[in-house]
Amino acid sequence: MGIEGIGARVARKEDRRFITGRGRYVDDIKLQGMTYAHFVRSPHAHAKITGIELDAAKAMPGVIDVLTGQQIVDDKVGNLICGWAIHSKDGSAMKMGAWPAMAPETVRFVGQAVAVVIAESKNLARDAAEAVVVHYEELPAVANIKAAIADGAAQLHPEAPGNIVYDWEIGDQKATDEAFSKAANVVTIELTNNRLVPNAMEPRAAVAEYNPAEEHFTLYTTSQNPHVARLVLSAFYNIAPEHKLRVVAPDVGGGFGSKIFIYPEEMVALWASKKTGRPVKWTGDRNEAFVTDAHGRDHLSKAEMAFDADNKMLGLRVKTYANFGAYMSLFSSSVPTYLYATLLSGQYNIPAIYTEVVGVYTNTTPVDAYRGAGRPEACYLLERLVETAARQLKVDPAELRRKNFITQFPHQTPVIMAYDTGDFNASLDAALKAIDYAGFPARKAKAKSEGKLRGIGLSCYIEACGIAPSKAVGSLGAGVGLWESAEVRVNPVGTIEILTGSHSHGQGHETTFAQLVADRLGIPINQVSIVHGDTDKVQFGMGTYGSRSAAVGMSAIFKAMEKVEAKAKKIAAHQLEASENDIVIENGEFKVTGTDKAIALPMVALAAYTAHNLPDGMEPGLKESAFYDPTNFTFPAGSYICEVEVDPGTGKTSFVNFVAVDDFGRLINPMIVEGQVHGGLVQGIGQAILENAIYDDSGQLVTASFMDYAMPRADDVPSFQISHTTTLCPGNPLGVKGCGEAGAIGASAAVINAITDAIGNNRLEMPATPDRVWHAMQLQQAAE
Amino acid sequence: MYSTNYHRASSVDEAVALIAKGSDAKFLAGGHTLLPVMKQRLAAPGDLVDIAKIPALIGIEASGDTLTIKAATTYYDIMHNADVKRMIPAIAHLTSVLGDPAVRYRGTIGGSVATNDPAADYPAAILALNATVKTNKREIPADQFFKGLFMTALEDNEMITAISFPVPEKAGYAKMRNPASRFALTGVFVAKLKSGEIRAAATGASQDGVMRVPVIEDALKANWSASALDGIKVSDDGLIEDIHGTSDYRANLIKVMAQRAVQAAG
Amino acid sequence: MSKVSLTVNGKLVTADVEDRTLLVHLLRDHLGLTGTHVGCDTSQCGCCVVHIDGRAVKSCTTLVGQVDGADITTIEGISKGDELHPMQAAFRDNHGLQCGYCTPGMIMSAIDIVHRYGGNLDEETVRHELEGNICRCTGYHNIVKSVLDAASRMNVAQAAE
Repeated sequence: MGIEGIGARVARKEDRRFITGRGRYVDDIKLQGMTYAHFVRSPHAHAKITGIELDAAKAMPGVIDVLTGQQIVDDKVGNLICGWAIHSKDGSAMKMGAWPAMAPETVRFVGQAVAVVIAESKNLARDAAEAVVVHYEELPAVANIKAAIADGAAQLHPEAPGNIVYDWEIGDQKATDEAFSKAANVVTIELTNNRLVPNAMEPRAAVAEYNPAEEHFTLYTTSQNPHVARLVLSAFYNIAPEHKLRVVAPDVGGGFGSKIFIYPEEMVALWASKKTGRPVKWTGDRNEAFVTDAHGRDHLSKAEMAFDADNKMLGLRVKTYANFGAYMSLFSSSVPTYLYATLLSGQYNIPAIYTEVVGVYTNTTPVDAYRGAGRPEACYLLERLVETAARQLKVDPAELRRKNFITQFPHQTPVIMAYDTGDFNASLDAALKAIDYAGFPARKAKAKSEGKLRGIGLSCYIEACGIAPSKAVGSLGAGVGLWESAEVRVNPVGTIEILTGSHSHGQGHETTFAQLVADRLGIPINQVSIVHGDTDKVQFGMGTYGSRSAAVGMSAIFKAMEKVEAKAKKIAAHQLEASENDIVIENGEFKVTGTDKAIALPMVALAAYTAHNLPDGMEPGLKESAFYDPTNFTFPAGSYICEVEVDPGTGKTSFVNFVAVDDFGRLINPMIVEGQVHGGLVQGIGQAILENAIYDDSGQLVTASFMDYAMPRADDVPSFQISHTTTLCPGNPLGVKGCGEAGAIGASAAVINAITDAIGNNRLEMPATPDRVWHAMQLQQAAE
Repeated sequence: MYSTNYHRASSVDEAVALIAKGSDAKFLAGGHTLLPVMKQRLAAPGDLVDIAKIPALIGIEASGDTLTIKAATTYYDIMHNADVKRMIPAIAHLTSVLGDPAVRYRGTIGGSVATNDPAADYPAAILALNATVKTNKREIPADQFFKGLFMTALEDNEMITAISFPVPEKAGYAKMRNPASRFALTGVFVAKLKSGEIRAAATGASQDGVMRVPVIEDALKANWSASALDGIKVSDDGLIEDIHGTSDYRANLIKVMAQRAVQAAG
Repeated sequence: MSKVSLTVNGKLVTADVEDRTLLVHLLRDHLGLTGTHVGCDTSQCGCCVVHIDGRAVKSCTTLVGQVDGADITTIEGISKGDELHPMQAAFRDNHGLQCGYCTPGMIMSAIDIVHRYGGNLDEETVRHELEGNICRCTGYHNIVKSVLDAASRMNVAQAAE
């Protein structure tokens, strides 16, 4: 590696603008004549709209227009779509209710948009929104899974009887039943995977501008995937054909999945900009983020694992209910199915697995992918089940895992995934060593003598990243291909622009992608610019989620670079009067191997563009593009071990140590990789001990601000001990696997396994708040 | 936030006159309780009277056995004040775990006390130390000041000008934070006054706001030590039950925090 | 409407604004200083922290009237030309930021922490002092490292002066 090439801990190129206050986020954009939107939202979880009075609002100062759900339906703006078709056991398609961008007739969750005020300022728009009078006829609501599937439950959509979206299965039921019939021991667990609110620090925002002369729209939006947004806005929402719609996602302040989806607010801003003839800005506040950003998780599950007399796993049976909220968000259907159940084999050799997943409508905010998306739910379920098994079977939890680890690769699981490579013993060994597992009993005893309860918990996770082989996901119902595109432009002076369909909203692509180019050409990263997030600049791309930008996005750049290098070598060979097979690239020069003859990259580039002396028949210029479609998912995996101390007086958990050992394949920039892990771990810890989106029975979100929803703060979490083991991914040219979600996937089980170990009571749900832990301790003491 | 008119007062008299004249007018000091509520449009004062820069309302005076903190003194200035640290270190500690650093620069003791948020910290200190709330009209003993959730004895056009604390023999404060808001999930202030009186006050726990806890006071009267509380049971009658803690959990916290407060008091 | 005058990053500014205008909106909407952000409605996240008369304060919880005559420093005002403030440099060098949205408030709070504690900072203190700043990306690990690193840089710089 060079000093700025692959593997180097290079400081980020993008940082300077952020640390000096020169980032450019959507809300920073101000257009000439811009107006401001404020939405009128439903205060009810379920109600019929019986009338709307707009006159008072329209007469308020600064109001340009007030627009309603009926108008957006009348204008034939399309309903929101769900882009992944899932079929039930019986072969029927999933049952979807219509989701208009603003509700014309019925509202189905608190916060659903009903109307919008467009005014000269944000304050005036909000003032007028309060003057819009909506008459509602309240309907009974179902606010959670159990209420939604109960007999006689209120029904959300006539299309989905019983509030069931689908009843899906995977795996071999018969083989699994047989495995259980042979079992020496069966271990069972029932769990809730708590609902989370993503809470990227930048609230969602949109600025839309319509140019009537060109019949052209521009949308600046907080998106992780602007091209997908444009495609959906064009093809399904009838906003404008793609060539008449430019979508720009400038600096975006965190996404975590919540900014993948195309939301009603962007659609309305675009539509309203044409209706009013003025640019329209909408910036969500935090309360709107809580009630309108797609939530994450929210599963109820029961799982059973069959073991033989030697504690080898024989089979796994899981039934999960997944809460989708009131409408099916863009990728929601895939999350508890192909992103969840396909990972239930974990790191283990489980011969038979059968899983059923029932998707359920409730009168709550829609639920979709949130950091990890299905994989954290799978890991939490499996790793709590394995830990529970170790306790019931009275074997060391590390040994039980080790006994059942997959050690031969490739490995075909019973639930679709074919793991390409890995070394699960290596990461577990490293983690056990780092935390001094052998010394834990002595530490526990010492803590006890000081009146504290100490516990240790393991979590060995695997995830499927690098999303995803297009043909495979197409066969599973995805509405899109999940390849990535790249374009490499060598300018006449030899500087380079990389155009990518990946989108950076904190991941540091401007640095890591440049490191790839630096590595290949031996030039400094400041000679390379990364261009992303603008449909006018980048031809197409699928965006950033599912830890895909390195494995898929960089692989596309790699392919385009190979093409550029091949042409540049031809030019260099021609200039140097050598054979192109003898040209090597070193330190920014094209050299004739074994000689001192060389030509620098800028001279090659200049030759390409002057075209005065190119090989016969060669086109001028030095620019190539590539599409990369992965052949398989990638499989990052690792071992996390957490050591906690619980205060017996208050039930409060504090962290003594947290060790994470990950196998991400090749690391492009270890500093950035570690940062991704830190952030993921804290989201996992947040889910484990702090965060919970709670609805009351009427469907009101009780935790709709940071006053009630506990976000992890600096003093809630520890510093981390992070290290890596490496097996290179054979599926892509860089050998990378992806690192963005691992922490959020693996951490929560380690934390809960540690707390339950500390208090000696395995019955504990997330978030393990002090209140819950204290109650679990009281029950345990009463039982003893 | 709804439209409002901002006024900066330069004296107590001017402030009270502006309040009397204004429409649904409110005093504004640090603004860290009022402005968030106004931003969410849950309050709509027509006039705001800023009292944060009135010289007579700022400062801390130590005289004999009394520590007087004027109403618009900020948390930051209280926790770093040498007299506070010397005479009632428990107040300095309480202030250091209240809000966050940015809030402590702006928030004032008068604002906190006048609001009487059921999870605020200062009311516990005032009640446990049997402090006196001084206003532009009168002096109100602590036991008569707090009147339930967000309610105080303050009348219209009455403004807190200072709080006078008798310096105790010993005092301590311990708090379990609400994991989301960082207010007190339950906080307990214990004090052994120079008169010999033992007082304990809990915040964050009761549905009626700050309250004294007789069962703790009685046990500590017999024996001022954390272990004296080992055997007591705090009733959960009337305690808050919410997503962050059940009433029996809060009853437990009152006891545990009281024990830690006694340990801190020494 | 009221007329307010204040100093922002060393320049005298006057503005005629509604009394309900918050300092953060004056900075962002009227003065174009968009480095100061809004991340919550409840005065908790700290994305909006600026220095008012040298103290780190939440500009989303400050009316412009309250800062009439005050001296404000924002994230745009802490570097000397091209030379970064040591806290800015430490955030970059320690990868103390990812999406960058909380970063300006984080840096402004962190400078204030170092001003108050000088060299007497440890990890636990930094974590406690960052209570009023929420970050969703970094898990705080590298933010804590950045602040500790900057504290030593700032103390060295101070000692040299």
